[in-house]
Amino acid sequence: MAGLFRRMVSGLKSRRWLLIRRTLQILIVLAFVVDIPEVGRIAHGNLSSSLWFWNVPLTDPFVLLQSLLAGAPLAKTALIGAAIVAGFYAFFGGRIYCSWVCPINMLTEAAHWLRQKLKIKGNLTLSRELRSVLLVMALVLSVVTGTLAWEMINPITLFQRELMWTSAAGVTFLAALFLFDFLVSRRGWCGHLCPVGAFYKWLGRYGRLRITALKIDACSGCSDCIKVCPEPHVLAPLVAQKAMTVTDSDCTRCGACLDKCNSGALAMKLDMHRGVSFRGIPIVKS
Amino acid sequence: MTKHTTAKELATVRPDVEEPMRRKVFKRVFRHMGVAVLGTVVAQAAIFSRPARAAKILRPPGALPEKEFDSTCIRCGLCVKDCPYDILKLASWADPAPLGTPFFVARQDPCRMCTDIPCVKACPTGALDPLLTDIRKADMGVAVLVDHENCLNYKGLTCSVCVRVCPIRGEAISLKPIQNERGLLQIPTVNPDKCTGCGTCEKHCVLSEAAIRVLPRELGLGVSGANAAGRGVW
Repeated sequence: MAGLFRRMVSGLKSRRWLLIRRTLQILIVLAFVVDIPEVGRIAHGNLSSSLWFWNVPLTDPFVLLQSLLAGAPLAKTALIGAAIVAGFYAFFGGRIYCSWVCPINMLTEAAHWLRQKLKIKGNLTLSRELRSVLLVMALVLSVVTGTLAWEMINPITLFQRELMWTSAAGVTFLAALFLFDFLVSRRGWCGHLCPVGAFYKWLGRYGRLRITALKIDACSGCSDCIKVCPEPHVLAPLVAQKAMTVTDSDCTRCGACLDKCNSGALAMKLDMHRGVSFRGIPIVKS
Repeated sequence: MTKHTTAKELATVRPDVEEPMRRKVFKRVFRHMGVAVLGTVVAQAAIFSRPARAAKILRPPGALPEKEFDSTCIRCGLCVKDCPYDILKLASWADPAPLGTPFFVARQDPCRMCTDIPCVKACPTGALDPLLTDIRKADMGVAVLVDHENCLNYKGLTCSVCVRVCPIRGEAISLKPIQNERGLLQIPTVNPDKCTGCGTCEKHCVLSEAAIRVLPRELGLGVSGANAAGRGVW
């Protein structure tokens, strides 16, 4: 009995970041659809623009950027909302959006999980920079066509609309996306194609919330963290002991490495120092 | 004469000599630019080849002209949520409107013309123009009596339901007498300057397909002036 309990505790502990993250993701999805008795709904709209707690406007800066490039005039509420969102991600790290907020992350991680379970090896190799190409395309197309180019397919808001109105037209696309990640390309969508991720990556280039190697001596070099990381290249300098922190803005701060690492070498830290490492050589502070 | 060696030949002859960094970067940049340009051209063709907004798709009150609306609306659905009568919907892929934009279909559920215009107040981007404060100045379209064959008033009856349900009764639509071979007819006549295009008349038309319909203004109205076609204006 005690053994079972202990196993449960250690099981929870080794999934703590995943569990917190999943809870937040689900809460955000539910906030838009569930009416709490006596209180009502705490978020209105969808992830392109929303009103939280009846007062706080939030606007996706990427959607607003497309809109402005398409020729829209400036509007106060949308700008305030976008400033709040952009400020948060610019300070903490852009791709926090990808693993803590975006509902598509749950879909693609489910696909990845199933892929691992069924040991599917086939993989279409894509360049991780394809998403930046798609980002540039989306912005150029918004200028050229005068419409919000990416919003014609954006699965994030598509998912929310399907959920809110249970229309089935977009489900085909979401299913295709799932199957693509499941059968065709490993972490294909979030890791290689999605221009929203690319946008937030650029936005949060200097994000301060970083995976930090606290006790680099404790690291046994097993590189298990790299195996679970959705963007494995970001951890490489750390494991090679060439850097103390993950500075690559591809890092989604999902905490998979923290869940995996048994040595306690890694931690999520607010890193306010500039230039902690210089050309890969850590600067030791006294 | 020295023979120029390409990087590829060099790599086979002297595998220890790497391609210069600058060349690699240029290659990468141009490859991506190529993909972006090609993709943009193809995607632009895809966007432009979409069917246009269908005539039955009406925008909420205060909506900017369709082109500007398309660029300004960020598809958030806050107007949809604030509509007390739930007439608005965001377009899915099955609807004949740009994905995610709000619309209503008059025959299903017309705009009730709330005096406080909550949908406009909810809009964060001004795609629904915040300068619209008087709902009677809204322009969602214009009602047009499109079918003179089946309209009961044209048959000499006095159905006139479109006139009776109009929220701006007597101004936006009124009965005008016309004498013809059937006798004196009372014809529902729309004043396009007063009609907001709320669609109440279309909703209540007693025919199984409405004889009066709200159309986007550019489809519903002609514009005075000369058409050059066939008149030899060079």
